[in-house]
Amino acid sequence: MTISIHDFFKKKKEKSNQPPRDKLDIPGDLWVKCYSCNSTIYNKDLEAALKVCPKCNYHFKLSASERIYFTLDEGSFEEINAAIRSRDFLGFVDSKPYAKRLEEAEMKSGLPEVVVTGEGTIKQWPVAVGIMDFGFMGGSMGSVVGEKVARLLEHALTRKIPAIIFSSSGGARMQEGIMSLMQMAKTSAALGRLRENNIPYISVLCDPTTGGTTASFAMLGDIQIAEPNALIGFAGPRVIEQTIRQKLPPGFQRSEYLLAHGMVDIVVHRKNLKKTLVYILSFLDYKGS
Amino acid sequence: MELNYKNLLPFESPIAELYKKIEELQKMAKSGKIDLEEETKMIAKRIDVTRREIFANLTPLQTVQIARHLQRPTTLDYIGQIVEGFEELHGDRNYSDDPAMVCGIGKIDNLSCVIIGHQKGKNTKENIARNFGMAQPEGYRKALRIMRLGDRFGKPIIALIDTPGAYPGIGAEERGQAEAIAKNLRAMAELHVPFIAVITGEGGSGGALGIGMGNRVLMLEYSIYSVISPEGCASILWRDATKANLAAAAMKITSKDLLELGIIDEIIKEPLGGAHHDLKQTAQNVKKTVLNNLKPLLSMSSRELIADRYNKFRKMGIFAEA
Repeated sequence: MTISIHDFFKKKKEKSNQPPRDKLDIPGDLWVKCYSCNSTIYNKDLEAALKVCPKCNYHFKLSASERIYFTLDEGSFEEINAAIRSRDFLGFVDSKPYAKRLEEAEMKSGLPEVVVTGEGTIKQWPVAVGIMDFGFMGGSMGSVVGEKVARLLEHALTRKIPAIIFSSSGGARMQEGIMSLMQMAKTSAALGRLRENNIPYISVLCDPTTGGTTASFAMLGDIQIAEPNALIGFAGPRVIEQTIRQKLPPGFQRSEYLLAHGMVDIVVHRKNLKKTLVYILSFLDYKGS
Repeated sequence: MELNYKNLLPFESPIAELYKKIEELQKMAKSGKIDLEEETKMIAKRIDVTRREIFANLTPLQTVQIARHLQRPTTLDYIGQIVEGFEELHGDRNYSDDPAMVCGIGKIDNLSCVIIGHQKGKNTKENIARNFGMAQPEGYRKALRIMRLGDRFGKPIIALIDTPGAYPGIGAEERGQAEAIAKNLRAMAELHVPFIAVITGEGGSGGALGIGMGNRVLMLEYSIYSVISPEGCASILWRDATKANLAAAAMKITSKDLLELGIIDEIIKEPLGGAHHDLKQTAQNVKKTVLNNLKPLLSMSSRELIADRYNKFRKMGIFAEA
């Protein structure tokens, strides 16, 4: 029996029961199109390159589980505070009820919330690690993100181990109103305690990190690392353009631009990120209590 | 009586109508030399009743309009009324002096305090000079410098909040708007002195919170405090900025809602019609409430003050946990 290529891919897609991993335009599971240079990449090659386009170095967004897999020692990650869930306490309804959005986000991302937190090791160095997954409601920060980040930082403090947070977030979650704003205060205050007790905090800024997340824990790292070409800012580029009514300079709010303006310590290609983290962790030399 | 329609907002049009009637009566009285005092008095009474009715049933978006009223008292207005011997202190020591943020020292009821606050203008010219109360990173850095001045020398800190938000511009981004606000948040949690924040007008998101982590957070009755402007929220979630009324209601941004949510500690009463109808009275209410809230804090140790502030914000958040 012969089938067209189109049908071949279609069948594959139907067979897979897994939720889509990313917003990638994946025909079947074999090939991926790069968002940036449009070249077609064999998916296995992309995975092997830590989801960085081999042609143009575009860094695809990572899911939380991919980030854990690429960064931490295999099997070392133990999640904490996994049972915290968002609640629609305002009864917020825009084009959809917030409760419904949460459900859909969980279906889509396979995660119950934006941030996954826990403890693991990177080349044997113990770390308290938080990973934000942009696939869940645009990585927006509501009460759960704030609470899980605060608890993660408190965990680092108790265990006397460095904290690392990989940020990727559109900012505060409007569906939680002012409560989402207060998470900025909560997480920053928790970072104050780490600082006071000389517990290191490494912030890794991934594409994109904007709004309230940037204006709180993402910008408070003792060391600030950015992935290449990540959009990092306080206001979104569209808001700025509308406010000042002029075109934005090339590369504006991208990692390299922030580096040039003194806002991050280093921009690190994903293939070198683990190595860099290990170097910093060994430099800091915190083995935990 | 003073017939000031200029300051009336669109939803106050029934009051404007009544004002017009009084004006007509006064004209008639003048020309016909007839006594219309009784009628005038009756209408004046009706104005009062109508105003009470309108203000008892304000929609959230109407409250937004009052909070943004061009004649609403500004930080410097309040300082002029309640701070004795205010000396403004300028500059962040790094880049410039931000006119959208006013900082200084002075005495409130004989108590030495440092005062910081956003500064809006009351007309276009002033607003351009003050950047509509939208501070740049150096504004937040100046505020931090002055908060730390209070911190080191044991003076309570009073913050007056009135901003549409931190300024979203190229220079602001380049000089680290997010970093400046984030650093303020972390630093405010560590202040050793009593710290009272008062939202006097617009509490615009991170730009407001950037000087707002007080041990007590107070709010004028018709001010608002919000994670994003109702228009911004509407254009993102409803894809239609004209749905701002829905967004304003959904986000819970009024003083009453925020008191219920435990975000603020006390509402400061405004005169009927809003703060701009009586600066003196409003300022006295602010002064009294600030001092009342400051009193118990003054007898706390610095350790207690830090714990009090930390716990206050640590508790904020509503979620479920299995």
